[in-house]
Amino acid sequence: MTSDRNPGYAEAGRSQVEAAAEGAPAGSRLTDESESYTLQVNGREESVKAAWLGESLLYVLRERLGLPGSKNACEQGECGSCSVFLDGTLVVSCCVLAADAVDSEVVTVEGLEPGDGLSDVQQHFLDAGAVQCGFCTPGLIVAVHDLLDRVPDADELTVREAISGNLCRCTGYGRILQAVVDVQRQRAGTQP
Amino acid sequence: MKPVLSAAAPFAPTAPTAPPHSDRKRSTDRGVGTSSSRPDGIPKVKGQFAFSSDLWADGMLWGRTLRSPHPSARIRDLDTEAARRIPGVHAVLTADDVPGEPNYGLEHADQPVFASDVIRYQGEAVAAVAADHPEIAWRAVQAIEVDYEPTAAVVDPEAAIDAPPVHPDGNVFRHLTIRHGDLEATGEVTVEGAYAVGMQDQAFLGPESGMAIPGDDGGVDLYISTQWLHVDRDQVAACLGLAPELVRLTLSGVGGAFGAREDVSLQVHVCLLALRTGRAVKMLYSREESFFGHVHRHPARMWYRHHANSNGDLVKVEARLLLDGGAYASSSTAVIANAACFSCGPYRVPNAHIDAWVVRTNNPPCGAMRGFGAVQACFGHESQMDKLAAALDMDPVQLRLRNALRSGDELITGQRITGTAPARECIEAAVAHPLPPEPTGKGGGPDDPLLLPGGAGRTADRADVRRGVGFAVGFKNLMYSEGFDDFSTAAVRLEEGVNGEPVATVHCAAAEVGQGFVTLAQQIVRSVLGVDRVVLRAADTRVGSAGSTSASRQTWMSGGAVQAAALAVRDSLLERVAEARGVEVQGARRKLLTLRNGEVVGVEGRFRLTLTDALGGRPVEEVREYRHAPTMPLDDDGQGDAHVSYAFAAHRAVVDVDPELGLIRVLQITTGQDVGKALNPLQVTGQIEGGIAQGLGLAVMEEIVVDGGRIRNPSFTDYLIPTALDMPDVQATLIEQPEPGAPFGAKGVGEPPTISSTPAVVSAIRAATGIDLCRVPVRPDDIALSERTP
Repeated sequence: MTSDRNPGYAEAGRSQVEAAAEGAPAGSRLTDESESYTLQVNGREESVKAAWLGESLLYVLRERLGLPGSKNACEQGECGSCSVFLDGTLVVSCCVLAADAVDSEVVTVEGLEPGDGLSDVQQHFLDAGAVQCGFCTPGLIVAVHDLLDRVPDADELTVREAISGNLCRCTGYGRILQAVVDVQRQRAGTQP
Repeated sequence: MKPVLSAAAPFAPTAPTAPPHSDRKRSTDRGVGTSSSRPDGIPKVKGQFAFSSDLWADGMLWGRTLRSPHPSARIRDLDTEAARRIPGVHAVLTADDVPGEPNYGLEHADQPVFASDVIRYQGEAVAAVAADHPEIAWRAVQAIEVDYEPTAAVVDPEAAIDAPPVHPDGNVFRHLTIRHGDLEATGEVTVEGAYAVGMQDQAFLGPESGMAIPGDDGGVDLYISTQWLHVDRDQVAACLGLAPELVRLTLSGVGGAFGAREDVSLQVHVCLLALRTGRAVKMLYSREESFFGHVHRHPARMWYRHHANSNGDLVKVEARLLLDGGAYASSSTAVIANAACFSCGPYRVPNAHIDAWVVRTNNPPCGAMRGFGAVQACFGHESQMDKLAAALDMDPVQLRLRNALRSGDELITGQRITGTAPARECIEAAVAHPLPPEPTGKGGGPDDPLLLPGGAGRTADRADVRRGVGFAVGFKNLMYSEGFDDFSTAAVRLEEGVNGEPVATVHCAAAEVGQGFVTLAQQIVRSVLGVDRVVLRAADTRVGSAGSTSASRQTWMSGGAVQAAALAVRDSLLERVAEARGVEVQGARRKLLTLRNGEVVGVEGRFRLTLTDALGGRPVEEVREYRHAPTMPLDDDGQGDAHVSYAFAAHRAVVDVDPELGLIRVLQITTGQDVGKALNPLQVTGQIEGGIAQGLGLAVMEEIVVDGGRIRNPSFTDYLIPTALDMPDVQATLIEQPEPGAPFGAKGVGEPPTISSTPAVVSAIRAATGIDLCRVPVRPDDIALSERTP
């Protein structure tokens, strides 16, 4: 069956489950490892009180600031579901320590189009059928905004490369690519 | 400031669904057959849709599971004292804390809620904790002291048949034989092959998660991502020792499923923790834990011998299939039935001799994944069809067309196909699409290095790259088989809305996992009742079971239930109007009252009433159960009318291969798919493209590498799924032949794209390289280190 071992997996495969068996220091009060700080999120000052310093920006957004739009599909920087802007740069918020983001402007999917309206990217995702389960959707929408703001006339290959850090398991990407083209056409005025 | 994603209604698919009243869209514009927009689409694109991992409640605790690092062991001692002493830890539970049934299981309760003495797979749950913070929960889990005595693991499925039992129930979940026709028959040409399929993961993006809230009545409310609320409810209630009505499940937003949410994962654990602590408890698996926390696609070993006459007619197929079910039963007995029943592919096979086993080992448990047994078999029979075409010196597409099943043909189970069977049309449609352009040898366009095998690694030289084209066709059953009482329930209510307009409300427990049933439910009600505004209540266990979101069955089954309930509402409303007017609904020769374009129309009296007037301030509500035609079990020879309906698809793949490094790029996949009738063409396209992506993944990259019972790649770093750069252009043709007996003639469309796309890609790699590849996924060394035939 799958017993033919791929040596490349040996180290990576040493899992937390195995590590747990080897014992670890007993837990301590997290208050010893916590601090309060302030983040700038979607144009607002958000105070984070007595938060464990190990918390990622993704965790703080989702669990402390009531902004669960950024998703937690892998929490190791592989899937792009938690993509946000940090000082205008696209980052995976699972790999940013929240306490490290105190001097930065954070913009999440919730900040793209506040209120009831939809951004053009959001609207075309909807219309093109790019949304199925929707778990990858917020991260992709942030990533596509980033791409089209930087490279408005990106060709198909550039688009594919730009969103290749955003995993989608439902769509096979076909409708997502269509949505990007639709946004480009609308922005260029070649489509009503 | 923190918005509680209200536990009372964590899933709000009723969010802005209807367009503003002023845009005057008619219900027929968004009824059956249109590409109506998803009702949950706006919250999903805005990041406001509440997935199960987004749930939050005041004072909630975080649950975490302790899992075994060993695939096979005895537990000599388990000490939770140190974990309990950690400040912020509120409960540490083990097998001793399970008040009801100690075991659960989808079809057969053989899996312990917590292992108490024996560990049967790596990752088996041993204990669970609830704590104030996820980090404290993690530390508490590490502080639990378990003294394991590792034992010899049974990891070879062939050896498992005769090995000492891994479990008191034995190591053979099911051995199924099919004996059909003349078993002595032989063909003028025979080809033989052995094939293997690796373990694929569903890899849905939304990890297992849920929240349990203890009720005042001793019961519990569970908000959960699942494929089948009622089967979860029954298993959870049994383990909690509670009456089923005290265990109330509500579907929270589901981040994909693909079969992996059919089995219970954290459901019992999170409820136990909530009941013990008296507080809301949230559990959320990490990606790594998710790889250990759900069942996978069964790995397979298969042997085939095909007999044919020199004209290409199939004479007989002999096959032996062995699937590794891992440590617990899950749905293995049904998976093996599918593998056996569809082992010969969508062809007329007059004689068949099939043996199929699914066995228990100390490997990770396997169960449902999109395609459910048909995927493994299809890789075998389609590899054989290519081999046979070569032996006969026939075009592989012509060989398939010659043998393709038609309506009225008999399957190897002796069952005649009474519905549609457009295998031929699917094949013809798949090959009718133009091939991609040949490489020009110039820079840019298709010769961009990024588009060569190896992609961003830029390792390939265009001059060395070889192109190949491959083809495959497959089929499988829709809905549950072998006599299962398969049904769905829906309630539809019609009433006057706040603005005086008619509003229909649907209550159905069908799990929306991304496939778009919520859209179809609205479309069906719009078409039947002629109302534009259709509200969906949250799916929960307050209404009857809808069955599982699996087996490509919800469009047919819950679609049928919603249609039946909506028709019953229509009939009740017409009766009400008839009574008030002193007329009959049904005249001697024709209907005298009908519902047309959202109005009640009297044929005799020539009157018209708006729905609102017809309702007269009193709602109409009807509940209906829908069942498909009954099926029967297979007999000892694997014969019987075990299935309801079949869906077919064919795929052609074009690949470029760098033989030196064994790297592959799939350039194009074309398909013809039997859909019966497309109720929402855009959603059908999404299912086809997404299903093909998973088939491509199995062909060239996706495998849970298991070594001695241990998973070596439980992460998205090491378990690769296709990205936007891996997915080729997909061209799809929908074959619409309405299925008799199916609501609106529609067949389920979710699984067929995943069945034959895998062998089509491998066939193309064989064509490019000349290597007899007999295992998926195809790995670089399978190509680069292989002896090449010219």
